[in-house]
Amino acid sequence: MTRRAAVPITIRELGKSYGDVRALDNVSLDVRSGEFLTLLGPSGSGKTTLLMVLAGFIRPDHGSLKFGDTEVIRLAPHKRDLGMVFQNYALFPHMDVAANIAFPLKLRGVSAADIARRVNSALEMVKLAGYGTRRVEQLSGGQRQRVALARAIVFEPSIVLMDEPLSALDKQLRELMQIELRQLHVKLGTTTIYVTHDQREALTMSDRIAVIAGGRVQQLDTPRAIYEQPVNRFVAEFIGESSFLKVTRDGGGIRCGGQLLRVATAAAPGGPALLMVRPERLRIVDDAQPETGTRNDENILEARVTEVIYQGDTFLVQAMLADGSRINARGIASAGAMARVPRAGDTVRLGLRVEDTVLVADDGG
Amino acid sequence: MAEIAPAYAGVGAHAPNAGALRGDALRERLALLGLSAPAFVLVFVAMVAPVAWLFGLSFLADNGSFSLEHYRRMIEQPSYYRIFLTTFHVSLLTTGICIVLGYPLAYVLSQLPQRAANLCLIAVLLPFWTSLLVRTYAWLALLQRKGLINNWGIELGLWDEPLALVHNLTGTLIGMVHIMLPFLVLPVLGAMRAIDRDYLKAAANLGAGPVRAFWMVFFPLSMPGLLAGSLIVFILCLGFYVTPAVLGGGKVIMVSNQIANDIELFFNWGAASSLGVVLLVVTLLFLYVASRFAKVDQVVGGGHGK
Repeated sequence: MTRRAAVPITIRELGKSYGDVRALDNVSLDVRSGEFLTLLGPSGSGKTTLLMVLAGFIRPDHGSLKFGDTEVIRLAPHKRDLGMVFQNYALFPHMDVAANIAFPLKLRGVSAADIARRVNSALEMVKLAGYGTRRVEQLSGGQRQRVALARAIVFEPSIVLMDEPLSALDKQLRELMQIELRQLHVKLGTTTIYVTHDQREALTMSDRIAVIAGGRVQQLDTPRAIYEQPVNRFVAEFIGESSFLKVTRDGGGIRCGGQLLRVATAAAPGGPALLMVRPERLRIVDDAQPETGTRNDENILEARVTEVIYQGDTFLVQAMLADGSRINARGIASAGAMARVPRAGDTVRLGLRVEDTVLVADDGG
Repeated sequence: MAEIAPAYAGVGAHAPNAGALRGDALRERLALLGLSAPAFVLVFVAMVAPVAWLFGLSFLADNGSFSLEHYRRMIEQPSYYRIFLTTFHVSLLTTGICIVLGYPLAYVLSQLPQRAANLCLIAVLLPFWTSLLVRTYAWLALLQRKGLINNWGIELGLWDEPLALVHNLTGTLIGMVHIMLPFLVLPVLGAMRAIDRDYLKAAANLGAGPVRAFWMVFFPLSMPGLLAGSLIVFILCLGFYVTPAVLGGGKVIMVSNQIANDIELFFNWGAASSLGVVLLVVTLLFLYVASRFAKVDQVVGGGHGK
């Protein structure tokens, strides 16, 4: 298939209120041409509202929206020419699979021979070749998802929107489809905006993630930066597990539960801050074992173990610092690690590398 | 595993409690049957038995011997042919007008917010709460030569001579459409409300403007409701009596009116019975044909079928 060039999306000061509730609070966002950008947020955060404004189904109170250089904020949905995968797929039940996929082509006056050819190649692309004559109700959830995807890309839109398309699938299929969607995006190179509340899905699939809460973009960055350097407590809590420890500043470093820690990031927040500790970034230090002995690029936190939980692939150590704050550490549950795992009541030394010693703004989240 | 396998191989006498559990299942089914027994009896006494009796009567001559004379008369006399023609003509027209009036009405109702839609729905259903006879005579009062509509029309200068609005086909159709409209609107509205709005969003997203989205997506999806409603209206019309009798003024004679005449004027139960049997057979035939195109269970279910 020949593709139209992908276009960037420019969102400026987009606002939408429902009574006193600000669903979108002056959102500005730049989506790069051809990138896979995920809008990630809890329900009610405004991420779906933003997607619906992009698609033209919700009329915002104010703002500007450009696809490439074209202002589209007042354009009717059927003239926006973007592909969309709906949460419940919205496949037309009175048409078979081929007719569903042919629908956008028919509306664009494509010749019958071209329609047949493009429907077939779209079906091949989503690995459903030969399913054209099936009725929608004969398809499994995963197959419907693929048909919806084929329908959204068959007319070669330069922008594709996806509204939690995998949320109705079971876990295994969801993880398979995440990889497939990702590969398809690489192949097509369309600008893709993906909405989800599943942080793992966002981390797996995205070029960049926009974390949205309270109608605002909290942080826009690559998955790794979002995970490792969240700008505030909300982002840190929403993505991954973490413990938050109260700290006081002490010269160049910080003091936490009576222990002095070194901080790597120069970009530590100015206001009140918390130390964010990801459980898997903590290492149980055992000076008797040479390979786990003390390193000099680590901060050491002393804690008393309250409980150890075996979870199959990993084990979780719940512990308490001297000042009573709680902290979790996670390790790979290999046979060697399980043999050395501490017991409740033990005192452990937990190593945290300086680059993982990250302060986040305490926004009260 | 080896110890469990024999239990699956076959439920023998040694399987614990097998007999008692089977007994429980049987008792439950009998109890359920017992609950529906009164309805069965009622249907038999009020429906099956009289229809069978009529069926028998239609094959008896006046002297009580077996005869096909009633059916022969129906074929030989052109007046009977005309009666059936009128019946279908009136029923088709009524159904057609109900579709033209009812479909847009149901569409508006389906697009209104829930509260407003329910209020409007009450207005649609209001006629159900007054007697059929009262409504029909009310139309007579409105439509007759010196009736409300003719008086106002002449006073306002819209027309000069009183229009013949009643005691003819026009009057019959006005009355029947009024009575039948809710039977069309309800199933259509049910089907429309069951249409997920995301389908229309998807249609718009894929490039269909409002008009094309309606004809390519909304209308086909509302078809089962429209078919169901039309079928109900048409079948109810086939056996309709009161309205053609009162508003038709003897000029619109449908099968039911002829049945009444046969019994009231000629005391000819055989002729009336044969008409009833033919009407029943024709109705069943229509249901059968319709069932090839629409799911008739949705007619009963109000078009909410999933």
